[in-house]
Amino acid sequence: MSVESPAGINTAKLDEIIQTYGGKKSYLIAILQKVQEIYKYLPEEAMTYIGTKIEGLSPATVFGVATFYAQFSLEPKGKYEIKVCDGTACHVRGSMPVIEAIKGKLQLKDGKMTTENGLFSFETVSCLGACGLAPAVVINDKVYPQMTPDSIKIIIDTLLKENE
Amino acid sequence: MEKVKLNIDIKKEQEKALEMMKQQGERILVCTSTGCSANGSLEIIEKFKELGANVGTLTKEVKMTAVPTGCIGFCAEGVLVVIPDKHLTYVRVKLTDVEEIFESLKNDTIVERLLYVDPAIKQSIKKSEDINFYAKQTRTALANCGHIDPESIDEAVAVGAYQALAKVIEENDQEAVIKEVEDSGLRGRGGGGFATGRKWRSVYKHRGGKSYVICNGDEGDPGAFMDRSLMEADPHKLLEGMAIAAYAVGSDEGYIYVRAEYPLAIKRLRLAIKAAEERNLLGKNIMGSDFSFHIHIKEGAGAFVCGESSALIASIEGERGMPRPKNIHMAECGLFKRPTLLNNVETFANVPLIILKGAKWFSAMGTEGSKGTKTFALTGEVNNTGLIEVPMNTTLRQIVFDLGGGIRNGKKFKAVQIGGPSGGCLTEEHLDMPMDYDQLTKVGAMVGSGGLVVMNEDTCIVEVARFFMNFTQHESCGKCTPCREGTKQMLSILERIVKGQGKMEDLDLLQELGEVIKTGSLCGLGKSAPNPVLSTLKYFKDEYIAHIKDKKCPAGVCSALKSFEIQEDLCKGCTKCARNCPVGAIEGTIKEPHKINQEKCIKCGACISNCPFKAIVTK
Repeated sequence: MSVESPAGINTAKLDEIIQTYGGKKSYLIAILQKVQEIYKYLPEEAMTYIGTKIEGLSPATVFGVATFYAQFSLEPKGKYEIKVCDGTACHVRGSMPVIEAIKGKLQLKDGKMTTENGLFSFETVSCLGACGLAPAVVINDKVYPQMTPDSIKIIIDTLLKENE
Repeated sequence: MEKVKLNIDIKKEQEKALEMMKQQGERILVCTSTGCSANGSLEIIEKFKELGANVGTLTKEVKMTAVPTGCIGFCAEGVLVVIPDKHLTYVRVKLTDVEEIFESLKNDTIVERLLYVDPAIKQSIKKSEDINFYAKQTRTALANCGHIDPESIDEAVAVGAYQALAKVIEENDQEAVIKEVEDSGLRGRGGGGFATGRKWRSVYKHRGGKSYVICNGDEGDPGAFMDRSLMEADPHKLLEGMAIAAYAVGSDEGYIYVRAEYPLAIKRLRLAIKAAEERNLLGKNIMGSDFSFHIHIKEGAGAFVCGESSALIASIEGERGMPRPKNIHMAECGLFKRPTLLNNVETFANVPLIILKGAKWFSAMGTEGSKGTKTFALTGEVNNTGLIEVPMNTTLRQIVFDLGGGIRNGKKFKAVQIGGPSGGCLTEEHLDMPMDYDQLTKVGAMVGSGGLVVMNEDTCIVEVARFFMNFTQHESCGKCTPCREGTKQMLSILERIVKGQGKMEDLDLLQELGEVIKTGSLCGLGKSAPNPVLSTLKYFKDEYIAHIKDKKCPAGVCSALKSFEIQEDLCKGCTKCARNCPVGAIEGTIKEPHKINQEKCIKCGACISNCPFKAIVTK
């Protein structure tokens, strides 16, 4: 039976994930990755639950690990996660204009990284290892090569249309 | 030593696999690495298969098979399609070209327009092996990359996978394996360049109990993708190298730590481990011997510092990836407090061939102190970007101008940034220097993992130094003060300089801070973080001074030091700049000269690159 907590955390699902990794604390990162796959972020309740459920961990330890790694987000992310590579090769070949174009297009202000309708979130990443395609943009695991301010706007427009 | 009898004859397996490959007829290799698949290579394979180039549906008329491969290396020219039997390499292939290629193969003709055109001689190259980019390489670690289907263990076995492992298990002499690796002169390919054989021996000394073999696939250096390509293109080579290491040091369990940013590498490694275990080439009682070796995959979660050995171990244990003091040696007390051997992907990939071909073969390549070959990711402002492997005595000039085909758009060479955020800059005076560990360290750079970012006259060195400092500052784990606080101070000084607010004293301060951070930091990240700044201060001090004294950026990059203007006489009013300006700073009516609103302008340069009349200049 699945148990929904007040914040909508499905503890049965969390138990299942913990079990997949044999409840071992050395698999904490993998467990958090699975949780993030489901919720698109790490809800505080889920972290607390994992921290009390696995032997040798505390909610504080879980929180410590979650905040250490760049991959984990403590805030909900958009339906489309736009990652712009700002590694050396992309930087040298002009990732900054692409970044500015996205920020302008999505009208992200005051350090906000997710649009208000929850459709897009945006971040820069250090290197995707796709340097031959610089500057590269990844949207939900699909790689878009050799981006320009123009082409990224077209891509965002297409996604917007799909969601009308 | 008494020989061990194996229940698998790997040479027979190879013959069987080769026979199986013959059934495919003519092989059409299509690169499906991260790069080419972003350019549509998966659809291209599907199209070939639809046309009949599929091993299962071959007819009298069609005797060819489209095979997905890993990275062929020539990423700039993707999607690449290679027909090895005909020595043909087609570049920039699109879905719409597939039918033409297919027909030409049937009729034994060539599609001229898809051949690679050498930019230097402006001629198309008919034979794959005559393409400079390939002709000047020596591929050993990457030998199979791009030639086999990485998701098929049969193809790996066909090119000789697991023969070296069978050999060491059969010969039953751990010390001999270690001796061979020592004699080869192989040094760690991950950055430090520590002697691999010596590392193995120190773990071997602590044998008896549980020990671990770890592969560091946390390739975090921005601008480097050698390990990704290797894991994606030839995963079995890595697994075999790890198994040989495990055999030599007496370990039965291994981990591969891979960045989560490399989903394709993770998928292919998982498939490869499963396939090898099913064939009893890994896992319990390998090939019927007493030797067992299980490999697990651990995904990283986006922390550059986890490439550092002790931080990587903390991360595998499920903790924050913070480095630990190295007073206790990992060979004695590493992962889960057990003796641990940790090598990089490329290091392991070199092992099987050293075992098969011998230490002498390997040490014949390279220089006195740096043996063998090294892979580099060649990127930036160079014509041929991609993955290369060259002997360690190759000079920078050969790499940039022969393999790389020179600087893009006929611009001038300025510098090469080597070794990512831990490395330094090499300038014109270093062009004829061989790329070996010791030479590079001598001039303040390092091989690092092997990222080579080529920069031209339009690249601002100070801005690049700021870029790297921003990166390391962001990635500093915060454990030790010199790195945490020092990088922050260095970054703020550099930010000041690129904004035109620097002072001459800043240069001495940068130097001093850099030296303190180098000596005082706990781990390799901090110890090498100041390198990009120190090395550019050494070779490009003029540029720093220009930013500070003249308030000018010689390369015209630093936006605070320039303004964009449209030259009225050249502007035709085509509106292209206005449409491309991300902040709507360009105003004007069609067919009339436009104007840039300096208050709105964020100086991104989008207008310059879009103007067809070269009417926009920076001042």
